Amino acid sequence: MSVLAYTESENGTFKKNAFEVASYARQLAESLGTEAIAVAVNVDQPEKLGNYGISRVLQVSEDRLKQFNARATASLLKQAVAASGAQAVITSSSTDAKFAASILAGMLKGGYVNNVVSQPESTSPMVVKRTAFSNKGFAFTELKGTPAIIGVSNNAFGMVEKQGTAEIESFAADFSESDFGIRSVALDKVADKVTIADADVVVSGGRGLKGPENWGMIEELAEVLGAATACSKPVSDLGWRPHSEHVGQTGKPVASNLYIAIGISGAIQHLAGVNASKTKVVINTDPEAPFFKAADYGVVGDAFEVVPELIEKLKEFKAQNG
Amino acid sequence: MKILVCISNVPDTTSKINFTADQTAFDPTGVQFVINPNDEFGLTRAMWFKEKQGAAVHVATVGSVAVEPTIRKALAIGADEGIRIDAEPVDGLFVARQLAEVVKNGGYDLIIAGRESIDYNGGMVPGMMAAMLDMNFVNTCISLEVEGNKATAIREIDGGKETLETTLPLIIGGQKGLVEESDLKIPNMRGIMMARQKKLTVVPSLEAAEGTLDTRFEKPAPKGPVKLVEPTNLDELIELLNKEAKAI
Repeated sequence: MSVLAYTESENGTFKKNAFEVASYARQLAESLGTEAIAVAVNVDQPEKLGNYGISRVLQVSEDRLKQFNARATASLLKQAVAASGAQAVITSSSTDAKFAASILAGMLKGGYVNNVVSQPESTSPMVVKRTAFSNKGFAFTELKGTPAIIGVSNNAFGMVEKQGTAEIESFAADFSESDFGIRSVALDKVADKVTIADADVVVSGGRGLKGPENWGMIEELAEVLGAATACSKPVSDLGWRPHSEHVGQTGKPVASNLYIAIGISGAIQHLAGVNASKTKVVINTDPEAPFFKAADYGVVGDAFEVVPELIEKLKEFKAQNG
Repeated sequence: MKILVCISNVPDTTSKINFTADQTAFDPTGVQFVINPNDEFGLTRAMWFKEKQGAAVHVATVGSVAVEPTIRKALAIGADEGIRIDAEPVDGLFVARQLAEVVKNGGYDLIIAGRESIDYNGGMVPGMMAAMLDMNFVNTCISLEVEGNKATAIREIDGGKETLETTLPLIIGGQKGLVEESDLKIPNMRGIMMARQKKLTVVPSLEAAEGTLDTRFEKPAPKGPVKLVEPTNLDELIELLNKEAKAI
């Protein structure tokens, strides 16, 4: 019996969501009266998970997994479930984790839910709260079968430290040829830039910015706040910004702590995509823009005046408050 | 090449979402249903394979007779045949099992589904099918080329993209990028007329277990009124974000 956490890493270092997943797994393990075990792949310091209440780490060293492979990861997790007798598997809701978890769920023919926003409201039966209808609602979903596979929404649960020591155990998985039926041939990743998925703060621009040449101030504001940049659907459709920045119902979902929308009117599809963000700030010239009804704070004003001034004031604030 | 596009019938993206009075189900009253946008990008890409590479394109969905207009729309866009698995799509595991059976019986080389439906957001059907059928699978796919037995796909990752090579048979979890928004086809009158003559096969569902059950629903808590800050007083905004929201 155990709760198994799949902790993601990159170049040997845990991602932030690894600690969120570990925290969630530890708390669920306590509710179930069992231990939290983590799977870590090619990680240099697996013992760090001990700070989040993980009692045992199944450490996997596998050259073929230096580059993420969803099918092989699912295969590995299936074997880890068998070895640990896991009642529940906890993953993040990152693109990679969702990719692997859906395959794992098919292999185990078990229940899988992602975008889970809190600890289960009941563990027998296992019922979790998750976002549904693209953030226009929540569903309380019962997971049938064992193990229950739970994808935790980014930023929803947070990291909860709990000092302890994690025992490190090396874990060797068997892979079949079909586990590596997909080969990665090129990776195009922006280095040193916060991604929308990981960001605490997201700064987003809409058609109100009038053209791609005006994105400098959006990027500067994002830099001051250590934020990711995003955009509305019309902006990506017009080709002003890449599709990868499009947030909304048919684009990327945003679940940041702070979301700043500049020159975005707030169509229902856009609001659905960003609703999970905790605090929303809207800067728009039109006081009737629907986004003001969904925002926490608003500035009715011209973005071309407000944003540069906000950047200066935030720089002062950051200088004073570190 | 024989392609199966798996489509889901979902509320239009502009829909307001309501639940039944007892909060146990989605209330479809007054809601317009459409092809799930993630699936529609895949369907449009399949049309490209049909036009350029002579592929045969079938569409399949799990649902009652009420979903047939959505299948007809896909046929009007240009799919050759429709398949409806006659069952309520209770959950992802159930749906994946039904579609996997269609794939097995139909000898498809390429199966394109959406990365998730915009209603229940399960995001599991293509991955589960891949596991059940032991097929290669690329999720969040934003580009797909097929030459003979070989496929090159690009998938979106957090913060970038990854190019992948694989072989058919292949399952795709598609999304925007697979084709551009402007490439999406609106059925014309001729397409709509032709769709009426196309084959739509209704197949019985299999007994299959469910992995999940949505027991009840809830709407997000109503938002309090927005706090407006004068554009001349941005210090107040910073103060609010720092002290009240603790967001910076």
